[in-house]
Amino acid sequence: MYKKLLPALAFASITFAAGAETIQERAAPCLACHGERGTSETENTPSLGAQQAPYVLIQLFMFREKLRVFDTMNEMAKDLSDDDLRTFSDFIATLPKPAPPADAGDPARMGRGQALAHQYLCNNCHKPDFSGGDNVPRIANQREDYLNKTLSEYKDNSRHGYDGTMADVMQPVTKEQIADLAYYIAHYR
Amino acid sequence: MNNLMTPRGLALAGAFFSAFTLAAHAQQPATPPAAGAAPAAAQPLPPGSPLIGRPDNEAAAKLAPVAPPPIAAAPDKLPLARLKVPAGFNVEVYAAGMANARSLAQSDKGTVFVGSRLVDKVYAIVNRDGKRQVKVIASGLYRPNGVAFKDGTLYIAELSKVSKIEKIDDVIDSPPKPTVIYDNLPKDEAHGWKFIAIGPDNKLYVPVGQPGNNVLHDDAHGQIRRINLDGSGPEVYAVGVRNTVGFDWNPETKHLYFTDNGRDWLSETVPEDELNRVTKAGEDFGAPFCYQGNIIDQELGWGKSCSDYTPPVGLMGPHTAALGMRFYTGGMFPKAYKNAIFVARHGSWNKSKKEGGDVVVVKLDKDGKVKSVEPFLTGFLADNKYVGRPVDVMQLKDGSLLVSDDWNGAVYRISYGKQKVAGR
Repeated sequence: MYKKLLPALAFASITFAAGAETIQERAAPCLACHGERGTSETENTPSLGAQQAPYVLIQLFMFREKLRVFDTMNEMAKDLSDDDLRTFSDFIATLPKPAPPADAGDPARMGRGQALAHQYLCNNCHKPDFSGGDNVPRIANQREDYLNKTLSEYKDNSRHGYDGTMADVMQPVTKEQIADLAYYIAHYR
Repeated sequence: MNNLMTPRGLALAGAFFSAFTLAAHAQQPATPPAAGAAPAAAQPLPPGSPLIGRPDNEAAAKLAPVAPPPIAAAPDKLPLARLKVPAGFNVEVYAAGMANARSLAQSDKGTVFVGSRLVDKVYAIVNRDGKRQVKVIASGLYRPNGVAFKDGTLYIAELSKVSKIEKIDDVIDSPPKPTVIYDNLPKDEAHGWKFIAIGPDNKLYVPVGQPGNNVLHDDAHGQIRRINLDGSGPEVYAVGVRNTVGFDWNPETKHLYFTDNGRDWLSETVPEDELNRVTKAGEDFGAPFCYQGNIIDQELGWGKSCSDYTPPVGLMGPHTAALGMRFYTGGMFPKAYKNAIFVARHGSWNKSKKEGGDVVVVKLDKDGKVKSVEPFLTGFLADNKYVGRPVDVMQLKDGSLLVSDDWNGAVYRISYGKQKVAGR
């Protein structure tokens, strides 16, 4: 019930937002799901805080063009102009970065996740602090459920990346390893 | 295979020698994994993994494939003022607004077709009443990089299929969906996107790249195939091809020349990308065992000899990503350019100081080998960053040269002499 209501709320708000003046006002429906201060409280919905602007631009573009398929976002992005996409991307990059969870995380799982992050060289393209850069997203303190979902979708190719890099990276990573990676990156400090 | 105590230097050397044990050499975490954790090297990296060969060090960590912006630059934001051509040549914007503009082809009526890789579209630049317009003629395609034209028909190559639209100029305002003619192709993302062209034998040449940076593979990869224009009669024309994204036929000898991109992560300076020539069907160009004609691969080359493979006729620079190439047969440019090859070098990512990101002119000696490689169109690289990246080149019927730029989603036109802007 709760999950079904959210997209409806978003659709209702976007109409209003189109006539709004400031980017803060226009972005309000985005932040209703993605979190007002960069940290998402919504199941399976990513935190956007301090996300790399070039990465956000690529994702918004892919949503608009339906190269990345997710109905709510396809609908939200469909009427946005190129300039709108740039404005939203730049704005999202200014949100505060997501806060790490209050708990430090289970040491055993953190250790396994850290080893895997190094084994698969996540710390190269995504940077040692997982802050990303340019087209490579910030993943540090992303929601664990969203990381889990996204890594699984890259692995089974149900999410097509802008290029094929993540599909290739994820091939040897097992379901259990995805869970540990998601846990570790979500709890990263 | 416990490498926890391996000294770092040795670990790096090991990474070069054995990609499949790379994981085992990866930097160890500060906190040792808890008891019961999977051993670090439990899974070999699959073919295609972008991690193959990647050393784990600070300089290498800074290098990753460069992704272009998804939105085409507005015409007034194109880097035209930065672009340089030799004295007497002019460069202008031919068309803009085509996100991720890649391979080029033209119809006999002068329509220019433009493929893309990271978006789903094929564009046409049409001339109508003296004005050029950009149209999307196909969308919903998967990595439609390749375009070719023959006898009224447009051929489009996606990641794993080739299709066609007949009488394209007649239906350009509302083209039907492309009809698939050939799809017996691997679906690998790595080096799966395709350049295509039709040879003097009236066959369509379709490359299948090696499915990863430096990998052994089955006999469906690492080659250039040719098929009849209806998709029948596929045959393998050249093997040992790592990833070619551009080829053309020498107008005098009719030999196929193709660019081939060398492997990543061997070093900053080698191997160089290759310019190759096929003199007979079935020739083997060495990858992944031998690169640039004289480097035996340090991992896969054991027991192999470069003398068993056809060497390149010329080298195009390390990691420069030599892609689209065409022989110049036009009458507009000075005589020295006759039958020279223009090569678009997309530019390196696997190199600390970027190289390429230009169009060079390659002149051949009387044996058909490379005599010289000189800059022709430069200025896309500033402060070690790209402001544009050339992908393909194509001669227009008036002898001018088009250059596509997938960073900006634009096509430029280079002409010689007193500037006569192409009709707009």
